[in-house]
Amino acid sequence: MEAFEILLTASFWVAAIRIASPLIFATMGELICERAGVLNLGIEGIMTVGAFAGWFTVYAGGGLWLGVFAAAFAGAMFGLLHGFLTVPLGLSQHVTGIGITLLATSMTYFTYRLLLPEVTSPPKIEPFEPFAIPGLSEIPIIGPALFNQTPLTYLAFVTVALVAWVLYRTPVGLAVRAVGENPSAVEAQGISVTAMRMGAVAAGSALMAVGGAFLTMSAFNSFFFEMINGRGWICIALVVFGSWRPGKALLGAILFAAFDAYQVRLQQVTGGIVPYQVFLMLPYVLSILALIVVARRATYPKALMIPYQKGER
Amino acid sequence: MRLEAKKAPGLAQAILYPAGAIFATLVIASVLVTLAGASPFDVFYLVLKGAAGSQFAIIETLTRATPLIFTGLAVAVAFRAKLWNIGAEAQLYVGGVVTVVLGTGTLQLPAAILMPVIIACVLLGGALLLLGPAFLKIRFGVDEVVTTLLLNFIVLLFVSMLLEGVLKDPMGLGWPQSKRVIAEAQLPRLITGKRLHFGFVLALAAAFITWFIMKKSVLGYEMRAVGHNPEAAGFAGIPVRKVLIKTALLSGGLAALAGYSEVAGLKGNLTLDLSPGFGYTGIVVAMLAMLNPLGVVASAIFIAGIFVGADAMSRATGVPSYIAQVMVATALLTMVTAIMLSRYRIRWR
Repeated sequence: MEAFEILLTASFWVAAIRIASPLIFATMGELICERAGVLNLGIEGIMTVGAFAGWFTVYAGGGLWLGVFAAAFAGAMFGLLHGFLTVPLGLSQHVTGIGITLLATSMTYFTYRLLLPEVTSPPKIEPFEPFAIPGLSEIPIIGPALFNQTPLTYLAFVTVALVAWVLYRTPVGLAVRAVGENPSAVEAQGISVTAMRMGAVAAGSALMAVGGAFLTMSAFNSFFFEMINGRGWICIALVVFGSWRPGKALLGAILFAAFDAYQVRLQQVTGGIVPYQVFLMLPYVLSILALIVVARRATYPKALMIPYQKGER
Repeated sequence: MRLEAKKAPGLAQAILYPAGAIFATLVIASVLVTLAGASPFDVFYLVLKGAAGSQFAIIETLTRATPLIFTGLAVAVAFRAKLWNIGAEAQLYVGGVVTVVLGTGTLQLPAAILMPVIIACVLLGGALLLLGPAFLKIRFGVDEVVTTLLLNFIVLLFVSMLLEGVLKDPMGLGWPQSKRVIAEAQLPRLITGKRLHFGFVLALAAAFITWFIMKKSVLGYEMRAVGHNPEAAGFAGIPVRKVLIKTALLSGGLAALAGYSEVAGLKGNLTLDLSPGFGYTGIVVAMLAMLNPLGVVASAIFIAGIFVGADAMSRATGVPSYIAQVMVATALLTMVTAIMLSRYRIRWR
């Protein structure tokens, strides 16, 4: 019974939305890349870069929003590198993506040690504070969950709406989707496939980095090593789970986060009968199960992972 | 710009381009080292000295290369058939688990029987772990990249659970570590009193056997065909699914041997820090070797040298030792670029 009552507490849903926020950013980022036909396995490393860049900007005296911008910029830079290697040069998206993750992660750790050689415990910053939206935040349960969060969480939801609008309602979005489905048709329209894909990868990577920055600037208040902890890979699964649609992917991210928040609380309720590692494993197991369920009917962007060569059929 | 296929690259190009990749890596590392306030030449000299400047350094480098040879082979085999096994880390830990389950006194057998039994079970354990993602790929079309990556986290948590539970050493002062393997299960040291162990010989043997399978056997031919073009391979009568399954078994088994050799040869017991990312580094090892099993030995020693040398250099200069990881990642990206450039010509129009 206690296990069920958890679902009715406001603090559970507040935690679920908070856990979902970085996943929403990064999932939208990956979704944009894949919609344009480029798998971005750099996501885990790009989130690490974003987490560090955002946090360090604030630590060095910059404002919080400057930190978000710095994270997005750093992410976009690594996105451009991934885009350059996979789009015009047509290198394997798998290998390059893993390479980007290794490079971004190690560069971050190197920079951290370089800039903060003496620290033993990670320095803290003043993170984003929750901002209660007057009136709406008074609603029981969903009020605090949806309307008493930090500005970055609101930004995550705005991002989903924006991504959906751009993808489905603007010429740019049409071109992005088209380069992921039928690039030669786009080229025939006089639009550069290379430019569209690289732009999409850079923009998507910026979002991933903001997702990483959420962890150091909103969920926690300091940067520590290995803090992304597989969230990037989970976002890749969430994109498949959401069949490459922003709305469905958002739903997936919230479901996943709710499950994650639930397992933490269930752990306390069961009080050590089941080893805690079992609970920590569940989100990863759930991701795999979700993939198995949807993979059969998954409608991949047709040109995903296929390099485009002008004039080739 | 667009890419045009070149005619078969000559020998000069086949050497020139990878050399260019290494040079580019050194240039990028130099920039970072300069930013860290040190002289690149001093740093590279110290890395080289730390990696190969003394008997101790060479032994340390070969010891570090041992698990990388196994994981590099695992990746090389899988990637050749375009089976994207990013889960060598998990398979390595499974190898470690199997080793301590069987080797800490459960089986009381003479070494000549116990060791082959453990090795066989380690191979089986790693193979079975990769069989899951391979099966999901074939049966349900689930991308093995994501499943093998996620399995890395699942397996590490599973190992953590075992080390705090059934496998926990009661004499371990509360640390999450297993009991030590018994003398009969230990791989002997190659030189008494030094860290280099028989696992290195096993790694060389594994490289040679893998090379033989890849280059001389029907399976190797089929794996290359499947990796090159699965549709065409299927059309030509190659049983694509069976080949992928066999590839997975071979790859998973090889990666698990890395865990076996680290536990039975070097560490003596299983802990949660058995591998500082040997599974992921194996990807770089394999790519630098252009997926050639014998090349894996050379590139594993090269990369191990960078790690070992960077540790020594970092102690002397204060440049963060993460420079080694940066160099390894950069080498991966420059090398795949160099391979591409040696095969295609860029036309700027």
